[in-house]
Amino acid sequence: MQGRVHLFKRDHINTDEIISARYLNVHDEATLAEHAMEVIDPEFVKRVQAGDMLVAGENFGCGSSREHAIWALRGAGVQAVLADSFARIFYRNAVNNAFQIMEIPGISAQVQDGDELEIDIEKGLVTNRSQNKTYSFPPHSPFLQGIYAAGGLLKNIAANAGRRKVKK
Amino acid sequence: MGLTHTEKLLAAHTVSGEALAGNLIQARVDLVMCHEVTTPPAIQMLADHGLHGVFDPDRIVVTPDHFVPSKDIESAELARDLRKWVQENGIKHYYELGRHGICHALLPEQGHIIPGQTVVGGDSHSCTYGAFGVFSTGVGSTDLAAVLYTGELWFKVPESIKVTIVGQLPDGVYSKDIVLELISRLGVDGARYQALEYHGETLGQLSMEARMTITNMAIEAGAKSAVMTVDQVTHDYLKGRAKENDWVEYSADDDAQYVREITVDVSHLAPLVATPGQPSNGQTIASLKSDDLVPVDQVYIGSCTNGRIEDLRVVASIMKGRRIATGLRAIIVPATSTVWKQAHDEGLFNIFYEAGCVVSTATCGACLGGYMGVLASGEVCVSTTNRNFSGRMGHKDALVFLVSPATAAATAVSGKIADPRDYL
Ligand code: SF4
Repeated sequence: MQGRVHLFKRDHINTDEIISARYLNVHDEATLAEHAMEVIDPEFVKRVQAGDMLVAGENFGCGSSREHAIWALRGAGVQAVLADSFARIFYRNAVNNAFQIMEIPGISAQVQDGDELEIDIEKGLVTNRSQNKTYSFPPHSPFLQGIYAAGGLLKNIAANAGRRKVKK
Repeated sequence: MGLTHTEKLLAAHTVSGEALAGNLIQARVDLVMCHEVTTPPAIQMLADHGLHGVFDPDRIVVTPDHFVPSKDIESAELARDLRKWVQENGIKHYYELGRHGICHALLPEQGHIIPGQTVVGGDSHSCTYGAFGVFSTGVGSTDLAAVLYTGELWFKVPESIKVTIVGQLPDGVYSKDIVLELISRLGVDGARYQALEYHGETLGQLSMEARMTITNMAIEAGAKSAVMTVDQVTHDYLKGRAKENDWVEYSADDDAQYVREITVDVSHLAPLVATPGQPSNGQTIASLKSDDLVPVDQVYIGSCTNGRIEDLRVVASIMKGRRIATGLRAIIVPATSTVWKQAHDEGLFNIFYEAGCVVSTATCGACLGGYMGVLASGEVCVSTTNRNFSGRMGHKDALVFLVSPATAAATAVSGKIADPRDYL
């Protein structure tokens, strides 16, 4: 996958900043997308284009459990988020939605706004075309890869629905 | 090698894998908490994937709380979809308006949380329930959908941090101050992907309500879960709410492996204020800069952190016979319908009215900038809630200071952030 970087060079960007709670009365991606990252940068939704990528600092997505944060970003066209680290609920939500995230310590200090990145998920390699640099990341465990391969946790469950536990 | 409390709780529920820190496991979930913001998307996802029904209608507890009574058409529709799903699936534990409450205050109060459980909730502060010796964590809507359908979920077994709280808590200092101190020392991601396991003599001095204030904010240090050991206080609280035969008590082995140990001595702790931006910005009132000692526009007392009856009693004891400062508004939100009734019966509403406060029904309301007290740009709010990120309670340029209910009450009376010890 390839895309252009929007750099949010800050730690602890929280889900209230990714999508404010006052928009949680809906959950369709297109509507949420109109307000993605609005608290930090009201112009972001005007600039972002399909296939773009976000790069951020430590603990991206901390705070509330709202999966709306993923949906708002995906709705806005963001295809991946690369961060120094992620908060755990955001991380789970991303995996469960088969939304691409890469944890690469120090990435936010190395990438510039507007850089063109190419990501090879299987090899765990990011190539920065603008700077001729590469960064690597550990591939997901086989279990998480399975969720990505299925297209998300629920698709995985639907495929195995026969194994469902039902109350006796 | 010994096991942590968290490993033991997860081991008792493991379906596949081995419940040792760092491993991925599939585990049974005993109880699922649902509210009207994150559950409707889960319901829709299940339907979209052709997954009908729930794993066990008796193990799901549902309350609308974030935007109720519904603040607008969209939120009314979320609440309606939740109700419809409850009815269609025969879910017994549904708390309609009038009996509802903020989820994390309601579930323990109504006896749904009992030692030994695994609990997940579609809300990040689901770590609150750990005060009862349970493994409990917050999840998003897809996880919620998965667990509602299968009764299981994947977990990465967390490493644990041992937190030991020692010393006699001084007058005017409360469990909120303890947790603000702890989070300030850990930082907002100091416990990321980890569990906080609480030990120490001070816990024995704290009620279950005070303990829940501490476990509630584990997520503010990035933690996955928090857990305390069951003791006599837990037993006394659960008497009449749950049956002892139904629960299992686990505790950490003496030689359990922790990634880190941290001791908080509370004997010299002073009331703390987390200044705007992050819950980890805890400072003593004495050390606040003059910029922070500006006139306060709004005092907000409520939320799953500090909206319980004990909290309201402390507030009333400070406000009794006093009036809130001119130009300041104070909003008091009992966390559940039962707390509302107790406060009413104890005459607290009269005190609040005489002091010049407004009291609402149980709701998350302004805690997340929903309604009932949303802040304008430039406004200053002193709040008993758990998050003070920019934009959390309204406009991004509003300032939110986190405090204990006592400090909130003292501030309401004084008009600027004030030390509650001067008002006891
Ligand atoms: S009171 Fe605030 S923190 Fe607690 S559940 Fe409601 S919105 Fe979340």
